[in-house]
Amino acid sequence: MKLATIQRRMARAVMAPLTPSEHMRMMAPDGRSLRAVASQIIKPNDRLTSFERLEIYNRQYWYRVLASMLEDFPGLCAILGERRFQEMSKTYLTDCPSRSFTLRNLGARLESWLRKHPQWAGSKQALALDMVRLEWADIEAFDGQAEPPLRAEELQAGADEKLRLRLQPYIGLLALQYPVDDLVLAVKRDDDSEFASNAFNERRKRKRVTSVARLRPEPIHLAVHRLDFIVYYRRLEREEFLLLKALASGKTLGRAIDAAFRKSSIPAAERPENIEEWFRNWAALGWFCSPNQMPRQS
Amino acid sequence: MPANKFNGFTEYGIGIGLRAPHYQHILTRKPVVDWFEIISENFMIDGGRPLYVLDQILEQYKVVQHGVSMYFGSAERPNREHLRRLKELVKRTKTPWLTDHLCWGSVDGRYTHDLLPMPYTFEAARITAQKIREVRDFLEIPVAVENVSSYAEFHVSEMAEWEFLNEVVELADCGILLDVNNIYVSSQNHNFNPFDYIEAVPAERVAQIHIAGHSKYRKYILDTHDHPVIDPVWKLYARAIERAGHTATLLEWDDHIPTFQEVHDEALKANRFLASASLAAAV
Repeated sequence: MKLATIQRRMARAVMAPLTPSEHMRMMAPDGRSLRAVASQIIKPNDRLTSFERLEIYNRQYWYRVLASMLEDFPGLCAILGERRFQEMSKTYLTDCPSRSFTLRNLGARLESWLRKHPQWAGSKQALALDMVRLEWADIEAFDGQAEPPLRAEELQAGADEKLRLRLQPYIGLLALQYPVDDLVLAVKRDDDSEFASNAFNERRKRKRVTSVARLRPEPIHLAVHRLDFIVYYRRLEREEFLLLKALASGKTLGRAIDAAFRKSSIPAAERPENIEEWFRNWAALGWFCSPNQMPRQS
Repeated sequence: MPANKFNGFTEYGIGIGLRAPHYQHILTRKPVVDWFEIISENFMIDGGRPLYVLDQILEQYKVVQHGVSMYFGSAERPNREHLRRLKELVKRTKTPWLTDHLCWGSVDGRYTHDLLPMPYTFEAARITAQKIREVRDFLEIPVAVENVSSYAEFHVSEMAEWEFLNEVVELADCGILLDVNNIYVSSQNHNFNPFDYIEAVPAERVAQIHIAGHSKYRKYILDTHDHPVIDPVWKLYARAIERAGHTATLLEWDDHIPTFQEVHDEALKANRFLASASLAAAV
Protein backbone atom coordinates (compact mmCIF):
# COMPACT_ATOMS: atom_id res chain seq x y z
CA MET A 1 0.00 0.00 0.00
CA LYS A 2 1.35 3.44 -1.01
CA LEU A 3 2.24 6.08 1.58
CA ALA A 4 -0.42 8.50 0.32
CA THR A 5 -3.13 5.83 0.55
CA ILE A 6 -2.17 4.86 4.11
CA GLN A 7 -2.14 8.48 5.18
CA ARG A 8 -5.53 9.27 3.60
CA ARG A 9 -7.14 6.25 5.27
CA MET A 10 -5.59 6.92 8.64
CA ALA A 11 -6.37 10.65 8.56
CA ARG A 12 -10.01 9.89 7.74
CA ALA A 13 -10.20 7.65 10.81
CA VAL A 14 -8.28 10.02 13.09
CA MET A 15 -10.53 12.96 12.16
CA ALA A 16 -13.80 11.01 12.35
CA PRO A 17 -16.03 12.26 15.21
CA LEU A 18 -15.88 10.25 18.45
CA THR A 19 -18.94 8.56 19.95
CA PRO A 20 -20.66 10.34 22.87
CA SER A 21 -18.63 8.12 25.24
CA GLU A 22 -15.44 9.28 23.50
CA HIS A 23 -14.64 6.07 21.64
CA MET A 24 -13.79 5.67 17.99
CA ARG A 25 -16.85 5.04 15.83
CA MET A 26 -17.33 1.76 14.02
CA MET A 27 -18.23 3.67 10.86
CA ALA A 28 -16.77 6.89 9.44
CA PRO A 29 -19.22 9.61 8.31
CA ASP A 30 -18.74 8.40 4.71
CA GLY A 31 -20.01 4.94 5.69
CA ARG A 32 -16.65 3.14 5.63
CA SER A 33 -15.90 0.70 8.43
CA LEU A 34 -13.21 2.11 10.71
CA ARG A 35 -12.65 -1.32 12.21
CA ALA A 36 -11.77 -2.55 8.72
CA VAL A 37 -9.49 0.47 8.11
CA ALA A 38 -7.72 -0.17 11.42
CA SER A 39 -7.13 -3.87 10.75
CA GLN A 40 -5.95 -3.16 7.18
CA ILE A 41 -3.25 -0.69 8.17
CA ILE A 42 -2.43 -1.05 11.90
CA LYS A 43 -0.79 -4.03 13.60
CA PRO A 44 -2.28 -5.20 16.89
CA ASN A 45 0.06 -5.94 19.83
CA ASP A 46 -0.20 -8.09 22.96
CA ARG A 47 -2.24 -5.40 24.79
CA LEU A 48 -4.20 -3.48 22.15
CA THR A 49 -6.16 -4.36 19.02
CA SER A 50 -5.58 -2.47 15.77
CA PHE A 51 -8.79 -0.56 16.45
CA GLU A 52 -7.69 0.44 19.98
CA ARG A 53 -4.31 1.65 18.76
CA LEU A 54 -5.91 3.81 16.08
CA GLU A 55 -8.41 5.04 18.64
CA ILE A 56 -5.59 6.61 20.69
CA TYR A 57 -4.88 8.97 17.79
CA ASN A 58 -8.57 9.56 17.12
CA ARG A 59 -9.06 10.69 20.74
CA GLN A 60 -5.91 12.81 20.81
CA TYR A 61 -7.04 14.64 17.69
CA TRP A 62 -10.39 15.57 19.15
CA TYR A 63 -9.06 16.46 22.60
CA ARG A 64 -6.54 18.80 20.99
CA VAL A 65 -8.85 20.62 18.55
CA LEU A 66 -11.73 20.89 21.04
CA ALA A 67 -9.41 22.32 23.69
CA SER A 68 -8.20 24.85 21.13
CA MET A 69 -11.78 25.87 20.25
CA LEU A 70 -12.62 26.35 23.92
CA GLU A 71 -9.51 28.42 24.47
CA ASP A 72 -10.35 30.68 21.51
CA PHE A 73 -14.13 31.00 22.02
CA PRO A 74 -14.92 30.97 25.78
CA GLY A 75 -17.61 33.62 25.24
CA LEU A 76 -19.45 31.52 22.65
CA CYS A 77 -19.20 28.59 25.05
CA ALA A 78 -20.83 30.70 27.78
CA ILE A 79 -23.69 31.53 25.39
CA LEU A 80 -24.33 28.01 24.10
CA GLY A 81 -23.46 26.10 27.27
CA GLU A 82 -20.53 23.69 27.48
CA ARG A 83 -22.26 20.61 26.09
CA ARG A 84 -23.82 22.38 23.10
CA PHE A 85 -20.58 24.25 22.40
CA GLN A 86 -18.71 20.94 22.29
CA GLU A 87 -21.26 19.40 19.93
CA MET A 88 -21.24 22.48 17.72
CA SER A 89 -17.42 22.48 17.65
CA LYS A 90 -17.36 18.82 16.59
CA THR A 91 -19.76 19.50 13.72
CA TYR A 92 -17.91 22.67 12.69
CA LEU A 93 -14.54 20.89 12.69
CA THR A 94 -15.98 17.97 10.73
CA ASP A 95 -17.31 20.42 8.11
CA CYS A 96 -14.29 22.75 8.27
CA PRO A 97 -11.19 20.80 9.30
CA SER A 98 -8.01 22.79 9.84
CA ARG A 99 -6.32 23.91 6.64
CA SER A 100 -3.55 25.79 8.38
CA PHE A 101 -0.26 24.70 9.89
CA THR A 102 -1.25 26.51 13.07
CA LEU A 103 -4.14 25.89 15.47
CA ARG A 104 -4.42 29.68 15.74
CA ASN A 105 -6.52 29.66 12.56
CA LEU A 106 -8.90 26.87 13.62
CA GLY A 107 -11.83 29.26 14.14
CA ALA A 108 -11.26 31.35 11.01
CA ARG A 109 -14.37 30.01 9.29
CA LEU A 110 -16.60 29.77 12.36
CA GLU A 111 -18.60 32.97 11.74
CA SER A 112 -19.57 32.07 8.17
CA TRP A 113 -20.27 28.46 9.19
CA LEU A 114 -22.48 29.52 12.09
CA ARG A 115 -24.46 31.82 9.80
CA LYS A 116 -25.27 28.81 7.62
CA HIS A 117 -26.14 26.64 10.64
CA PRO A 118 -28.39 28.79 12.83
CA GLN A 119 -29.82 25.74 14.61
CA TRP A 120 -26.82 25.64 16.96
CA ALA A 121 -27.58 28.97 18.60
CA GLY A 122 -31.37 29.01 17.94
CA SER A 123 -32.93 32.14 19.45
CA LYS A 124 -29.46 33.35 20.49
CA GLN A 125 -28.14 33.38 16.91
CA ALA A 126 -27.54 37.15 16.74
CA LEU A 127 -25.85 37.10 20.14
CA ALA A 128 -23.70 34.10 19.19
CA LEU A 129 -22.62 35.70 15.91
CA ASP A 130 -21.68 38.91 17.70
CA MET A 131 -19.59 36.91 20.15
CA VAL A 132 -17.80 34.90 17.43
CA ARG A 133 -16.96 38.11 15.57
CA LEU A 134 -15.58 39.68 18.74
CA GLU A 135 -13.56 36.62 19.75
CA TRP A 136 -12.08 36.24 16.27
CA ALA A 137 -11.22 39.98 16.19
CA ASP A 138 -9.49 39.46 19.56
CA ILE A 139 -7.27 36.74 18.03
CA GLU A 140 -6.44 38.98 15.06
CA ALA A 141 -5.68 41.96 17.32
CA PHE A 142 -3.40 39.87 19.55
CA ASP A 143 -0.88 38.91 16.89
CA GLY A 144 -1.79 40.99 13.83
CA GLN A 145 0.75 43.10 12.03
CA ALA A 146 1.64 46.57 13.37
CA GLU A 147 3.12 49.21 11.10
CA PRO A 148 5.02 52.35 12.14
CA PRO A 149 2.38 54.74 13.48
CA LEU A 150 1.63 58.06 11.83
CA ARG A 151 3.52 60.93 13.49
CA ALA A 152 1.85 64.27 14.21
CA GLU A 153 4.11 66.15 11.80
CA GLU A 154 3.31 63.69 9.01
CA LEU A 155 -0.40 64.35 9.54
CA GLN A 156 -0.02 68.13 9.65
CA ALA A 157 2.04 68.11 6.45
CA GLY A 158 -0.74 66.63 4.34
CA ALA A 159 -3.93 67.25 6.32
CA ASP A 160 -6.50 68.26 3.75
CA GLU A 161 -9.76 66.69 2.73
CA LYS A 162 -8.06 64.56 0.05
CA LEU A 163 -5.87 62.86 2.63
CA ARG A 164 -6.19 59.09 2.83
CA LEU A 165 -5.36 57.39 6.10
CA ARG A 166 -4.77 53.75 6.75
CA LEU A 167 -5.60 51.93 9.99
CA GLN A 168 -3.23 49.52 11.70
CA PRO A 169 -3.86 46.02 10.28
CA TYR A 170 -4.49 44.55 13.74
CA ILE A 171 -7.54 46.78 14.46
CA GLY A 172 -11.00 45.23 14.12
CA LEU A 173 -14.08 47.46 13.76
CA LEU A 174 -17.32 45.79 14.77
CA ALA A 175 -20.95 46.94 14.73
CA LEU A 176 -22.70 44.61 17.17
CA GLN A 177 -26.29 44.10 18.26
CA TYR A 178 -25.38 43.02 21.81
CA PRO A 179 -22.88 44.35 24.40
CA VAL A 180 -20.84 41.15 24.16
CA ASP A 181 -17.68 42.97 25.21
CA ASP A 182 -18.91 43.05 28.81
CA LEU A 183 -19.89 39.39 28.68
CA VAL A 184 -16.60 38.13 27.27
CA LEU A 185 -14.61 40.17 29.77
CA ALA A 186 -16.66 38.65 32.62
CA VAL A 187 -16.08 35.15 31.23
CA LYS A 188 -12.33 35.73 30.93
CA ARG A 189 -12.16 37.16 34.43
CA ASP A 190 -13.88 34.03 35.76
CA ASP A 191 -11.58 31.73 33.79
CA ASP A 192 -8.49 33.49 35.11
CA SER A 193 -9.39 32.83 38.75
CA GLU A 194 -7.19 29.98 39.94
CA PHE A 195 -7.68 27.40 42.67
CA ALA A 196 -11.44 27.21 42.03
CA SER A 197 -13.30 24.54 43.99
CA ASN A 198 -16.04 22.43 42.40
CA ALA A 199 -18.68 24.38 44.32
CA PHE A 200 -17.18 27.64 43.05
CA ASN A 201 -17.17 26.34 39.49
CA GLU A 202 -20.82 25.35 39.76
CA ARG A 203 -21.75 28.81 41.08
CA ARG A 204 -19.72 30.33 38.26
CA LYS A 205 -21.54 28.30 35.63
CA ARG A 206 -24.95 29.32 37.05
CA LYS A 207 -23.83 32.96 37.13
CA ARG A 208 -22.80 32.75 33.49
CA VAL A 209 -26.14 31.27 32.43
CA THR A 210 -27.89 34.11 34.25
CA SER A 211 -25.62 36.73 32.68
CA VAL A 212 -26.35 35.42 29.19
CA ALA A 213 -30.09 35.14 29.82
CA ARG A 214 -30.20 38.74 31.07
CA LEU A 215 -28.26 40.17 28.17
CA ARG A 216 -30.57 42.42 26.15
CA PRO A 217 -29.92 43.79 22.64
CA GLU A 218 -28.08 47.10 22.77
CA PRO A 219 -26.33 48.11 19.54
CA ILE A 220 -22.71 49.00 20.15
CA HIS A 221 -19.75 49.96 17.99
CA LEU A 222 -16.41 48.56 18.97
CA ALA A 223 -12.76 48.85 18.05
CA VAL A 224 -10.78 45.75 18.99
CA HIS A 225 -7.21 46.98 19.25
CA ARG A 226 -4.07 46.54 21.27
CA LEU A 227 -1.88 48.77 23.35
CA ASP A 228 1.46 47.67 24.80
CA PHE A 229 0.71 44.20 23.42
CA ILE A 230 -2.55 43.82 25.38
CA VAL A 231 -5.86 43.55 23.51
CA TYR A 232 -8.56 46.06 24.45
CA TYR A 233 -12.15 46.66 23.37
CA ARG A 234 -12.93 50.34 22.92
CA ARG A 235 -16.52 51.44 22.52
CA LEU A 236 -17.03 54.03 19.82
CA GLU A 237 -19.77 56.51 19.01
CA ARG A 238 -21.73 55.61 15.89
CA GLU A 239 -20.24 58.46 13.82
CA GLU A 240 -16.76 57.75 15.14
CA PHE A 241 -17.13 54.13 14.02
CA LEU A 242 -18.46 55.12 10.57
CA LEU A 243 -15.60 57.57 10.08
CA LEU A 244 -13.02 54.91 10.92
CA LYS A 245 -14.77 52.36 8.69
CA ALA A 246 -14.80 54.81 5.79
CA LEU A 247 -11.12 55.66 6.27
CA ALA A 248 -10.26 51.96 6.55
CA SER A 249 -12.07 51.31 3.26
CA GLY A 250 -9.79 53.84 1.52
CA LYS A 251 -12.07 56.90 1.36
CA THR A 252 -10.45 60.33 1.51
CA LEU A 253 -10.80 62.25 4.75
CA GLY A 254 -13.43 64.54 3.25
CA ARG A 255 -15.58 61.70 1.91
CA ALA A 256 -15.17 59.72 5.12
CA ILE A 257 -16.44 62.65 7.20
CA ASP A 258 -19.40 63.05 4.83
CA ALA A 259 -20.22 59.33 5.16
CA ALA A 260 -19.91 59.38 8.96
CA PHE A 261 -22.31 62.28 9.50
CA ARG A 262 -24.82 61.58 6.69
CA LYS A 263 -27.63 60.50 9.03
CA SER A 264 -26.15 61.89 12.22
CA SER A 265 -28.11 63.58 14.97
CA ILE A 266 -24.99 65.38 16.19
CA PRO A 267 -25.53 69.11 15.54
CA ALA A 268 -23.30 70.44 12.76
CA ALA A 269 -21.74 72.97 15.09
CA GLU A 270 -20.43 70.25 17.40
CA ARG A 271 -18.96 68.03 14.71
CA PRO A 272 -15.53 69.73 14.29
CA GLU A 273 -14.93 69.42 18.02
CA ASN A 274 -15.94 65.73 17.95
CA ILE A 275 -13.72 64.98 14.99
CA GLU A 276 -10.77 66.74 16.59
CA GLU A 277 -11.18 64.76 19.82
CA TRP A 278 -11.51 61.44 18.00
CA PHE A 279 -8.41 62.08 15.93
CA ARG A 280 -6.50 63.07 19.04
CA ASN A 281 -7.47 59.78 20.72
CA TRP A 282 -6.76 57.64 17.67
CA ALA A 283 -3.38 59.27 17.18
CA ALA A 284 -2.52 58.73 20.86
CA LEU A 285 -3.41 55.06 20.45
CA GLY A 286 -1.26 54.82 17.31
CA TRP A 287 -4.14 53.63 15.16
CA PHE A 288 -3.00 55.21 11.89
CA CYS A 289 -0.07 53.95 9.85
CA SER A 290 2.69 56.17 8.59
CA PRO A 291 2.10 57.44 4.99
CA ASN A 292 5.50 56.00 4.09
CA GLN A 293 3.89 52.57 4.35
CA MET A 294 0.80 53.53 2.35
CA PRO A 295 -0.05 51.77 -0.89
CA ARG A 296 -0.13 54.01 -3.95
CA GLN A 297 -3.57 55.34 -4.84
CA SER A 298 -4.51 55.61 -8.49
CA MET B 1 28.83 14.90 18.52
CA PRO B 2 29.30 18.16 20.40
CA ALA B 3 29.72 20.35 17.33
CA ASN B 4 28.95 19.08 13.85
CA LYS B 5 27.56 20.28 10.55
CA PHE B 6 24.06 19.28 11.66
CA ASN B 7 23.98 21.81 14.51
CA GLY B 8 25.91 24.54 12.75
CA PHE B 9 29.16 23.58 14.51
CA THR B 10 27.87 24.97 17.79
CA GLU B 11 28.57 23.74 21.31
CA TYR B 12 25.39 24.38 23.25
CA GLY B 13 24.81 23.01 26.75
CA ILE B 14 21.50 22.49 28.53
CA GLY B 15 18.45 24.42 27.40
CA ILE B 16 14.76 24.53 28.17
CA GLY B 17 11.66 25.21 26.10
CA LEU B 18 10.53 28.84 26.08
CA ARG B 19 6.94 28.77 27.36
CA ALA B 20 4.47 31.62 27.97
CA PRO B 21 4.04 31.05 31.76
CA HIS B 22 7.78 31.74 32.18
CA TYR B 23 8.02 34.91 30.04
CA GLN B 24 7.69 37.30 32.96
CA HIS B 25 10.25 35.46 35.08
CA ILE B 26 12.79 35.32 32.26
CA LEU B 27 12.39 38.95 31.24
CA THR B 28 12.54 40.36 34.76
CA ARG B 29 14.97 37.97 36.53
CA LYS B 30 17.17 37.22 33.52
CA PRO B 31 18.18 33.75 34.77
CA VAL B 32 21.33 32.12 33.45
CA VAL B 33 20.20 29.58 30.84
CA ASP B 34 22.44 28.27 28.12
CA TRP B 35 19.77 28.39 25.44
CA PHE B 36 16.04 28.31 24.77
CA GLU B 37 14.14 26.21 22.29
CA ILE B 38 11.08 27.87 20.75
CA ILE B 39 8.16 26.23 18.99
CA SER B 40 8.48 27.87 15.57
CA GLU B 41 4.75 27.90 14.83
CA ASN B 42 4.04 30.03 17.94
CA PHE B 43 6.09 32.83 16.42
CA MET B 44 5.21 32.50 12.73
CA ILE B 45 2.80 35.41 13.09
CA ASP B 46 2.64 38.99 11.92
CA GLY B 47 3.15 40.86 15.21
CA GLY B 48 2.03 41.33 18.79
CA ARG B 49 3.34 40.20 22.16
CA PRO B 50 4.87 36.83 21.17
CA LEU B 51 7.27 38.47 18.72
CA TYR B 52 8.00 41.31 21.16
CA VAL B 53 8.93 38.77 23.85
CA LEU B 54 10.98 36.76 21.38
CA ASP B 55 12.97 39.85 20.39
CA GLN B 56 13.71 40.56 24.05
CA ILE B 57 14.83 36.97 24.57
CA LEU B 58 17.00 37.09 21.46
CA GLU B 59 18.86 40.10 22.85
CA GLN B 60 20.14 38.01 25.75
CA TYR B 61 19.87 34.33 24.95
CA LYS B 62 20.66 31.80 22.27
CA VAL B 63 17.53 30.39 20.63
CA VAL B 64 16.99 27.25 18.57
CA GLN B 65 13.83 26.67 16.54
CA HIS B 66 11.80 23.48 16.87
CA GLY B 67 8.79 22.91 14.63
CA VAL B 68 5.69 20.78 15.09
CA SER B 69 3.91 20.90 11.74
CA MET B 70 6.34 20.70 8.83
CA TYR B 71 5.35 17.05 8.56
CA PHE B 72 8.39 15.85 6.63
CA GLY B 73 6.70 12.47 6.26
CA SER B 74 3.43 13.66 4.71
CA ALA B 75 3.06 12.49 1.13
CA GLU B 76 2.05 15.99 -0.02
CA ARG B 77 4.43 18.81 -0.95
CA PRO B 78 5.51 21.36 1.67
CA ASN B 79 3.09 24.21 2.32
CA ARG B 80 4.64 27.29 0.66
CA GLU B 81 3.09 29.76 3.10
CA HIS B 82 4.49 27.70 5.98
CA LEU B 83 7.95 27.75 4.43
CA ARG B 84 7.82 31.48 3.73
CA ARG B 85 6.87 32.30 7.31
CA LEU B 86 9.40 29.83 8.69
CA LYS B 87 12.19 31.45 6.70
CA GLU B 88 11.19 34.89 8.00
CA LEU B 89 11.48 33.54 11.54
CA VAL B 90 14.81 31.84 10.82
CA LYS B 91 16.17 35.22 9.72
CA ARG B 92 14.86 36.78 12.92
CA THR B 93 16.21 34.19 15.37
CA LYS B 94 19.39 33.28 13.47
CA THR B 95 18.87 29.75 14.75
CA PRO B 96 22.04 27.75 14.00
CA TRP B 97 19.98 24.68 13.16
CA LEU B 98 16.32 23.82 12.89
CA THR B 99 14.44 20.74 14.01
CA ASP B 100 11.07 19.14 13.30
CA HIS B 101 9.61 15.66 13.60
CA LEU B 102 10.01 12.51 11.58
CA CYS B 103 6.28 12.07 11.21
CA TRP B 104 3.30 13.10 9.14
CA GLY B 105 0.13 14.97 10.07
CA SER B 106 -1.53 16.52 7.03
CA VAL B 107 -3.35 15.04 4.04
CA ASP B 108 -4.70 16.94 1.04
CA GLY B 109 -4.19 20.25 2.86
CA ARG B 110 -6.08 19.16 6.00
CA TYR B 111 -4.11 19.25 9.25
CA THR B 112 -4.51 16.88 12.19
CA HIS B 113 -2.13 18.92 14.39
CA ASP B 114 -0.71 15.65 15.66
CA LEU B 115 2.61 13.85 15.18
CA LEU B 116 1.41 10.72 13.38
CA PRO B 117 3.75 7.73 13.02
CA MET B 118 5.39 6.75 9.75
CA PRO B 119 5.04 3.39 8.04
CA TYR B 120 8.68 2.26 7.94
CA THR B 121 8.94 1.60 4.21
CA PHE B 122 11.61 2.46 1.66
CA GLU B 123 9.06 4.49 -0.29
CA ALA B 124 8.25 6.57 2.81
CA ALA B 125 11.95 7.07 3.56
CA ARG B 126 12.57 8.32 0.01
CA ILE B 127 9.62 10.75 0.06
CA THR B 128 10.54 12.03 3.53
CA ALA B 129 14.21 12.53 2.70
CA GLN B 130 13.29 14.42 -0.47
CA LYS B 131 11.10 16.77 1.55
CA ILE B 132 13.78 17.34 4.19
CA ARG B 133 16.23 18.28 1.44
CA GLU B 134 13.69 20.62 -0.15
CA VAL B 135 13.01 22.38 3.18
CA ARG B 136 16.70 22.62 4.05
CA ASP B 137 17.56 24.04 0.63
CA PHE B 138 14.82 26.66 0.98
CA LEU B 139 15.74 27.65 4.54
CA GLU B 140 19.49 27.44 3.98
CA ILE B 141 20.29 26.13 7.47
CA PRO B 142 21.02 22.64 8.85
CA VAL B 143 17.96 20.51 9.63
CA ALA B 144 17.69 17.72 12.20
CA VAL B 145 14.72 15.34 12.48
CA GLU B 146 13.27 14.11 15.75
CA ASN B 147 12.08 10.56 16.39
CA VAL B 148 8.49 10.66 17.73
CA SER B 149 6.64 8.64 20.34
CA SER B 150 4.20 6.27 18.71
CA TYR B 151 1.23 4.17 19.73
CA ALA B 152 0.69 2.24 16.51
CA GLU B 153 2.72 0.24 13.98
CA PHE B 154 1.87 -0.48 10.35
CA HIS B 155 1.50 -3.82 8.60
CA VAL B 156 3.43 -2.47 5.62
CA SER B 157 6.57 -1.59 7.62
CA GLU B 158 9.69 -3.12 6.11
CA MET B 159 12.19 -2.26 8.86
CA ALA B 160 12.54 -1.25 12.51
CA GLU B 161 12.01 2.35 13.51
CA TRP B 162 15.73 3.04 14.02
CA GLU B 163 16.51 1.53 10.64
CA PHE B 164 13.95 3.84 9.09
CA LEU B 165 15.46 6.83 10.90
CA ASN B 166 18.90 5.88 9.64
CA GLU B 167 17.62 5.39 6.08
CA VAL B 168 15.97 8.83 6.07
CA VAL B 169 18.92 10.76 7.54
CA GLU B 170 21.37 9.05 5.18
CA LEU B 171 19.22 9.83 2.12
CA ALA B 172 18.62 13.41 3.26
CA ASP B 173 22.09 13.86 4.73
CA CYS B 174 20.53 15.60 7.71
CA GLY B 175 20.97 15.55 11.48
CA ILE B 176 19.06 13.79 14.24
CA LEU B 177 17.30 15.33 17.19
CA LEU B 178 17.42 12.27 19.38
CA ASP B 179 14.49 12.23 21.81
CA VAL B 180 15.40 9.61 24.42
CA ASN B 181 12.03 9.89 26.15
CA ASN B 182 10.29 9.12 22.85
CA ILE B 183 12.51 6.08 22.41
CA TYR B 184 11.52 4.90 25.87
CA VAL B 185 7.79 5.52 25.27
CA SER B 186 7.81 3.70 21.93
CA SER B 187 9.87 0.82 23.35
CA GLN B 188 7.21 0.26 26.01
CA ASN B 189 4.38 0.54 23.49
CA HIS B 190 5.99 -1.74 20.91
CA ASN B 191 8.02 -4.16 23.05
CA PHE B 192 11.57 -3.45 21.91
CA ASN B 193 14.78 -2.83 23.80
CA PRO B 194 15.36 0.95 23.85
CA PHE B 195 19.13 0.42 24.08
CA ASP B 196 19.04 -1.37 20.68
CA TYR B 197 17.68 1.90 19.29
CA ILE B 198 20.32 4.07 21.00
CA GLU B 199 23.13 1.76 19.80
CA ALA B 200 21.88 1.85 16.20
CA VAL B 201 21.72 5.61 15.84
CA PRO B 202 24.63 7.13 13.89
CA ALA B 203 26.21 9.17 16.70
CA GLU B 204 27.96 11.50 14.29
CA ARG B 205 24.59 12.79 13.06
CA VAL B 206 23.15 13.66 16.48
CA ALA B 207 22.69 17.44 16.54
CA GLN B 208 20.63 17.69 19.71
CA ILE B 209 18.95 15.55 22.39
CA HIS B 210 15.49 15.90 23.95
CA ILE B 211 14.56 14.67 27.41
CA ALA B 212 11.04 14.77 28.88
CA GLY B 213 8.50 13.11 31.14
CA HIS B 214 5.48 11.07 30.10
CA SER B 215 2.25 9.52 31.44
CA LYS B 216 1.73 5.82 32.03
CA TYR B 217 -1.68 4.26 31.34
CA ARG B 218 -2.75 0.68 31.88
CA LYS B 219 -1.99 -0.55 28.36
CA TYR B 220 0.24 2.11 26.90
CA ILE B 221 2.38 5.17 27.63
CA LEU B 222 1.59 8.64 26.31
CA ASP B 223 4.22 11.28 25.57
CA THR B 224 2.67 14.12 27.57
CA HIS B 225 5.67 16.26 28.62
CA ASP B 226 4.04 16.94 31.97
CA HIS B 227 6.27 15.08 34.44
CA PRO B 228 9.91 14.96 35.52
CA VAL B 229 12.24 12.67 33.60
CA ILE B 230 12.18 9.10 34.98
CA ASP B 231 15.31 7.08 35.78
CA PRO B 232 15.08 4.66 32.82
CA VAL B 233 15.05 7.67 30.50
CA TRP B 234 18.09 9.18 32.27
CA LYS B 235 19.86 5.84 31.70
CA LEU B 236 19.10 6.03 27.98
CA TYR B 237 20.32 9.61 28.01
CA ALA B 238 23.56 8.57 29.70
CA ARG B 239 24.20 5.98 26.99
CA ALA B 240 23.31 8.43 24.21
CA ILE B 241 25.78 10.94 25.66
CA GLU B 242 28.45 8.24 25.98
CA ARG B 243 28.08 7.59 22.28
CA ALA B 244 27.47 11.09 20.92
CA GLY B 245 29.52 13.16 23.37
CA HIS B 246 28.61 16.43 25.07
CA THR B 247 25.53 17.23 22.97
CA ALA B 248 23.08 20.17 23.17
CA THR B 249 20.32 18.90 25.45
CA LEU B 250 16.83 20.24 25.98
CA LEU B 251 14.14 19.42 28.53
CA GLU B 252 10.58 19.60 27.20
CA TRP B 253 7.79 20.47 29.66
CA ASP B 254 4.56 21.48 27.93
CA ASP B 255 1.65 20.73 30.22
CA HIS B 256 1.02 21.40 33.93
CA ILE B 257 4.10 23.60 33.64
CA PRO B 258 5.75 24.21 37.04
CA THR B 259 7.81 27.26 37.96
CA PHE B 260 10.73 28.27 35.80
CA GLN B 261 13.15 27.22 38.53
CA GLU B 262 11.66 23.72 38.81
CA VAL B 263 11.86 23.18 35.05
CA HIS B 264 15.40 24.50 34.89
CA ASP B 265 16.53 22.39 37.88
CA GLU B 266 15.10 19.29 36.22
CA ALA B 267 16.99 20.09 33.00
CA LEU B 268 20.24 20.70 34.86
CA LYS B 269 20.18 17.12 36.15
CA ALA B 270 21.60 16.30 32.72
CA ASN B 271 24.86 17.88 33.89
CA ARG B 272 25.69 14.67 35.79
CA PHE B 273 26.01 12.83 32.49
CA LEU B 274 27.42 15.66 30.40
CA ALA B 275 30.26 16.16 32.88
CA SER B 276 31.36 12.53 32.58
CA ALA B 277 31.11 12.73 28.78
CA SER B 278 33.40 15.76 28.81
CA LEU B 279 35.81 13.93 31.10
CA ALA B 280 35.83 10.88 28.83
CA ALA B 281 36.52 13.08 25.80
CA ALA B 282 39.43 14.73 27.59
CA VAL B 283 41.10 11.44 28.53
